[in-house]
Amino acid sequence: MKFIPNSELKKEMLKDIGLKDIDELFSDIPKQIRIEELELPDGLSQQETEKHLRKIANKNKPQSELLSFLGGGIKSHYIPAIVKSIISRSEFYTAYTPYQPEASQGFLQAMFEYQSMIAEITGMDVANCSLYDGVTALPEAALMCCRIKRKTGFIIPRNISYEKKCVLESYGKGSSLQIKEIGYDKKTGKINLDELKKAVDENTAGVYIENPNFFGIFEDEIEKISKIVKDSNSLLVVDVDPLSLGITKSPGDYGADIVIGEGRCLGNPNDYGGSGLGIFACKKEYLRQMPGRIIGLTKDSDDKRAFCMALQTREQHIRRGKATSNICTNEGLNALAATVYLSWLGSSGLEDLSKINFEKGQKLAEKIASIDGLEKVFSGTHFNEFVIKCSTDADKINLNLLKKNIQGGIVLDKWYPELKNCMLFGITEIHSDEDIEKLISALKEVS
Amino acid sequence: MYHSAKYNEPLLNELTDAKVEKIEEIKEMPKSLHRTRKIGIPNLDETQVVRHFHRLSQMNYGIDSGVYPLGSCTMKYNPKICEQIASWEKFANTHPYQDVSTVQGNLQIMFELERMLCEITGMDYFCLQPAAGAHGEFTGMLLTKAYHEYKNDTERTEVILPDTAHGTNPASATMAGFKLIEIPSNDEGTVDLEALENTLSEKTACFMLTNPNTLGIFESDILEISKMVHKSGALLYYDGANMNAIMGKIRPGDMGFDIVHLNLHKTFSTPHGGGGPGSGPVGVNIKLEKFLPVPRLCKSRDGKYFFDYDAPESIGKIKGFYGNFSVLLKAYIYIKMMGKDGLKEASEIAVLNSNYMKKKILNSKKYDMPYKQLRKHEFVLSCEKLKQEKQITAKDVAKRLLDYGLHPPTVYFPLIVKEALMIEPTETESKKDLDKYIEALIKIADEKPDIVKNAPNNVSVKRVDEVGATKNPILTWDMI
Repeated sequence: MKFIPNSELKKEMLKDIGLKDIDELFSDIPKQIRIEELELPDGLSQQETEKHLRKIANKNKPQSELLSFLGGGIKSHYIPAIVKSIISRSEFYTAYTPYQPEASQGFLQAMFEYQSMIAEITGMDVANCSLYDGVTALPEAALMCCRIKRKTGFIIPRNISYEKKCVLESYGKGSSLQIKEIGYDKKTGKINLDELKKAVDENTAGVYIENPNFFGIFEDEIEKISKIVKDSNSLLVVDVDPLSLGITKSPGDYGADIVIGEGRCLGNPNDYGGSGLGIFACKKEYLRQMPGRIIGLTKDSDDKRAFCMALQTREQHIRRGKATSNICTNEGLNALAATVYLSWLGSSGLEDLSKINFEKGQKLAEKIASIDGLEKVFSGTHFNEFVIKCSTDADKINLNLLKKNIQGGIVLDKWYPELKNCMLFGITEIHSDEDIEKLISALKEVS
Repeated sequence: MYHSAKYNEPLLNELTDAKVEKIEEIKEMPKSLHRTRKIGIPNLDETQVVRHFHRLSQMNYGIDSGVYPLGSCTMKYNPKICEQIASWEKFANTHPYQDVSTVQGNLQIMFELERMLCEITGMDYFCLQPAAGAHGEFTGMLLTKAYHEYKNDTERTEVILPDTAHGTNPASATMAGFKLIEIPSNDEGTVDLEALENTLSEKTACFMLTNPNTLGIFESDILEISKMVHKSGALLYYDGANMNAIMGKIRPGDMGFDIVHLNLHKTFSTPHGGGGPGSGPVGVNIKLEKFLPVPRLCKSRDGKYFFDYDAPESIGKIKGFYGNFSVLLKAYIYIKMMGKDGLKEASEIAVLNSNYMKKKILNSKKYDMPYKQLRKHEFVLSCEKLKQEKQITAKDVAKRLLDYGLHPPTVYFPLIVKEALMIEPTETESKKDLDKYIEALIKIADEKPDIVKNAPNNVSVKRVDEVGATKNPILTWDMI
């Protein structure tokens, strides 16, 4: 059998250990529930497998066949060839968690560099080497605030990702976490500061904002937000789009205590939403409450520089029931991709890329808003996503776009009923002027 | 003798003089958010970057480098074809919010994978959302909670685990708000039925178990255990980390488990990626179906796949989107290639390889193996005798194995075995490689203690000061 070298040596090996039949190795399994065989098809050869998968793959339309303007926490970005080339080195991708540092120096050093660059772009002191995704990073941050402040309240605004809110609520069921939602300003799309002021109280452990928020709008009243949070003796958790940080201040520069984010955009494909890369960084003083794996620089017995996992006493394999989180397997390879990607971009590349995304975002919004029957909903400055209100049925518009092989924006009223017939459009560096024109002329026809 | 690459590879920020400069401001951006200084990431040439990471890769050991028998981690060979297909643009460049009519291929993969996992485990329904084993456990614990709450049985606040449980089990149960009760194993290394009976009560929400357990021993009393647990009104949870021992032989569902999580990155051969991404789907029997996370994947009469969010009793969402799709895809390909006979043979040979190694090593009388003799896919040796006689610890043996070009087993786990070496060879290793490993372990036991205690010498660094890394944490370039 494929991948099973000892298939032919079964008899010889059994004899070697004094057994006659393979079933003797399973004699301790209750007879009445043993099965003869699984009801699955026979195995396919590699060639047959490829053919079978080709047939299934052809039922999909990837970005190259379907011009898409989707965002909502995940967008298509260009991935330079170097990323795949490096992460395909099987010394990296076929390794386990680096429990044996002496045999894992390469991965460990790369993760140390990942942490360094994430701390640098977020303006935090320290970062871990990944959580599952930006979505699950939120409940981990909320629970961390509660541990630090020994309080249970956590405030989220309504202008954040709906999926994130749902996941936070699910995680909250396991703890005494009390989630309070505050609204957003209907005109600007930014969080409502009056509501925030009223919502914070002595039980507030943390306040969460997204910058840019789910509607693509920058929360620019950050000094005020930060002050309200500090005055209430709670922690500020900020989610960022890492690719916006080339042109915007790092959250650490405006008072964030914990910074999270979806790092998939740093060299990882969309993969239909999985796997992602949960960015998690914080101030040094909270280090010992941080979830997830952390890599440290140390020495070997010759006093030479070496790397290994640090602060493992926070983790489940040591701490068991008292760990800061149950996470074990994380998204190491995606963090490696992000490391390669950021090294390739450099600070100048990141700055340029942020600028391109910002400019394309402005351009597309302007063009769409100039079409009759379509208008920009929020006045706040946006990054590379924005909300458009349609004068007719948004779902219908999308269906008609689909007929032209264009995937329009996300129709928002399923999550935000107040935003009837509104769509969230996203654009990145992959979209050319031609792509923009194609969407605009199609929208003119169907809206 | 083996030697791995050894570079004193500088850090990225040491490859060039990174200058902190002012940057050009964008007028249209709100003033309060203007970035004023350049980010401190060096600007390098592509050649420099490639060589840097290439050298790092050469200082790393993966399953493609050699045997990697980490107990409970199932480090088996990862077929290349799975990687290749998963990177096809048709899969990789699809967006989770695309119209479902344009991603029917993805949905078909997930739908069929759910059905295949149901068949392999004997469960009724599967949810592919959890990103890793621990995430699956947490999901399972939330399901447990929802189940009891639905029945107005709100006093069930305790989760029972054996002392051999994986560390994630207690951590996941705690995260879901349960109180933990650990019960000791009996002299055979299995669940002590009397202790279990005495611990089960109207407060018990769930009993979490790995079968075979972390000693590699099959819990032969499983039907009795299942009866006891269910009689008390609690649920039985299966930690699927050790599923590689039993495919096609026996199924958790038939053993009476109500909730099962699998580690696709173990049993179903998707790579570990140096720590992830993984995937930890959760299977349940019919009584728990309505609590599963949303969305549920459905197939209409005309063969179209779609998502269903209408599940009022659901525990909600536990991850963004639908799960680690790229990992699910690789597992799907693996199962398709192995087929029913291949999966069964994988388990048979994994168990044969393990027992072969166990027997040969024990024959040497250099190591002991406490508890019951018959093991499944893994076994746990003790270096206690070596420690007593020569002051050689499990850690020393592990480090010395590196000098032979062999990846060490899991060490110091499970906690009930002193100086533990937990060995899981998997089915993808050849007899020749197993013999080499056995020989190295026996040889090391006879080596001078000095040599073993000063190992490793043939890898990229000498023994690493892990205590120092925690005492004085240096976690970024800036902290050096």
